[in-house]
Amino acid sequence: MAYAAGVDVGSTQTKAVIIDEERTIVSRSLTETGANVIRAAENAFQEALRGGDLREEEVEYVVGTGYGRYKVTFGNTQVTEISCHGRGAVHMFPDTRTVVDMGGQDTKAIRVSPTGEIVDFCMNDKCAAGTGRFLGAASSALDIPLDQLGPTALRGERPVKISTTCTVFAESEVLSWLGKGKKIEDILLGVHQSIAARSAGLLRRVGIESDVTFTGGVAKNTAMIEALNERLALKVNVSEESHYMGALGAALFALDHILASRAPTKAKQDAS
Amino acid sequence: MSQISEEAIVGRGNKDGASLFRDWFRELTTAAEEDRRAAYVFVMGSLCELLQTFDLPVVFPEINSLQTAVRRVAHEYLNEAEDYGYSPDICGYVKADVATQLRRGELPMGRIPKPAIAVYTNACNTYIKWAEIWERMHGAPTFVIDVPGSRADGAKTWQGDQDFENDRRYVLAQLKELITTLEQLTGRRFDIDRLRETMGHANTMHRGWKRVLELNRSRPSLFNALSDGTIYLGVTNCLKGTAAGARYFDDLVEEMEYKAARGIGTLTDEQYRLIFVGVPCYPIFRRFTELFTESGGTFVNSTYLWFASGGSNLGYQYDLEHPLESLAEGLLVSVRDAMDSMFFQTGVLTDMIDAYQADGIVYHPIKSCRTVSTGLADNRRALMRERDIPSLFIESDMMDRRVVSEAQLKNRIDAFFEGLAARRRQAAISNP
Repeated sequence: MAYAAGVDVGSTQTKAVIIDEERTIVSRSLTETGANVIRAAENAFQEALRGGDLREEEVEYVVGTGYGRYKVTFGNTQVTEISCHGRGAVHMFPDTRTVVDMGGQDTKAIRVSPTGEIVDFCMNDKCAAGTGRFLGAASSALDIPLDQLGPTALRGERPVKISTTCTVFAESEVLSWLGKGKKIEDILLGVHQSIAARSAGLLRRVGIESDVTFTGGVAKNTAMIEALNERLALKVNVSEESHYMGALGAALFALDHILASRAPTKAKQDAS
Repeated sequence: MSQISEEAIVGRGNKDGASLFRDWFRELTTAAEEDRRAAYVFVMGSLCELLQTFDLPVVFPEINSLQTAVRRVAHEYLNEAEDYGYSPDICGYVKADVATQLRRGELPMGRIPKPAIAVYTNACNTYIKWAEIWERMHGAPTFVIDVPGSRADGAKTWQGDQDFENDRRYVLAQLKELITTLEQLTGRRFDIDRLRETMGHANTMHRGWKRVLELNRSRPSLFNALSDGTIYLGVTNCLKGTAAGARYFDDLVEEMEYKAARGIGTLTDEQYRLIFVGVPCYPIFRRFTELFTESGGTFVNSTYLWFASGGSNLGYQYDLEHPLESLAEGLLVSVRDAMDSMFFQTGVLTDMIDAYQADGIVYHPIKSCRTVSTGLADNRRALMRERDIPSLFIESDMMDRRVVSEAQLKNRIDAFFEGLAARRRQAAISNP
């Protein structure tokens, strides 16, 4: 049995996924990226190996992805996380035609072909508005753990209007709403709706085509799923593996290489 | 074709262009040192042909500013202008120029003379306010020529149409007024034969520039429109109406025909033929091009080479029997085309895609210039409706490295190439 791995070195967290020839996830891991990106990639990969009870030499091909993809020094090649999220999303939900990936530093809208290849994409530019970092700022301002933001927001009934599009200023705006006596639940609901609105703008730029699949770390946030559903007037697909979608896509690309290397010449060309 | 070695001809345009540029700037430095004043002009509608007949050195503040970015000192100039009170949101070219004026014309390439007059068109709305800065700083008069643009996409008027003739007369009347102003300013009488001479040189340049752009339809392409093209573009502006500029373009046509006949392309292993839309990223000029060439992408054409050459790409030929009337018509047609290639890009681009067999389009809006960037997203959407062609939309700046993130650019560019490669694979599977 051959194994393939994908290592997604993101701005805040590094994820690794190992799959077998049947494209089944054998193991996965998650670690904080921190300052030493090379070590974060190695740690994530080693942890995934341990989780799958695998030895390094059993993994035939490794693809690095994410901002730190060139720091996956043990990897065989690199693929952008844009391609990887598209590929991963179509693997999990074959009817996916649009992907919204919300990570720590950026949000991506990706339109994909039925085979998971990129048709078009759009990302936030040099500004963390509408990304996971925006939620981080709210979490810090309200002193609520990140994983409690969603459940708290879902209790909101009268969302405030967050007018700033700047993550840095979001914190002060949240505090100003607190000062006006607004409930934390309503403030957080407003924050989620603000991010959803900004993401919807990105999605419209690439063209929204169903199914829409929501990936990235923020996809674990139930209030964000609700806010996106409401904003887009549809139901987005969310997988248990959403957080690992980039690493999964990378692993699928890695498996392509393994299979192509065994196949006749034409398939090799297709995979290259 | 003359007998000339490959070594002598291939790359000559880049070498000679750089040399001419240095000479031109040396002359400006000399003029500054001798306290002679210059005509300040812009690339869209410079009227070099006319200004040279009054022996006025010509200064292009846009080119000076971009040179500070290419030479990686733009931030010093931008900071100085911002410290002086200019907002970070103002055009980077303007701010670098303000700092240049505060430094008494000092630039990395030399020194520029003070303005005797600013002559410009309405092709860019910033031009008008920019020139008013010189008016206040140096007491230099300003002369703005109002060039009527296209009323709507695809609604151009041409010679013989009543509207066109009205527009031409309108521009001509303004040129006559400018000539009177220049006579008063310089104390010289207008010499129409000298105008014929400079216009003759401009004709050679226009013809050559059009031909050079057309020749890049070759496979492989003969030059990279973003890197090499910008060198040629510099000559179209700085040496317009001069014998040296005309000779340069004769030589450049010869070089490109030589390369086309022998299939000599650029150093890039050309996998994807791309079209560039917008203004280059000068703060990382070489690296920006490399981000594409490393993946086999080469720029075969660019809207920049059209509008920033003031419409010289059209190859407009002046009628030397009627120089003033023809100068008015040439200005009208060329500036209008320069504006159209910014504001009505869909038609321009669909023509380019077909003629140059492009595989993809790269849109590069910039923070500094909303005039050229606003509407690019709409334009892209409109073009995508007409053509099934991949496009990339990346934003940075022409001057300000604070808003240039190489990591972000690379991520998007890499993904664009992954998409192009996937598309090619799919096409191969569908049409084995």
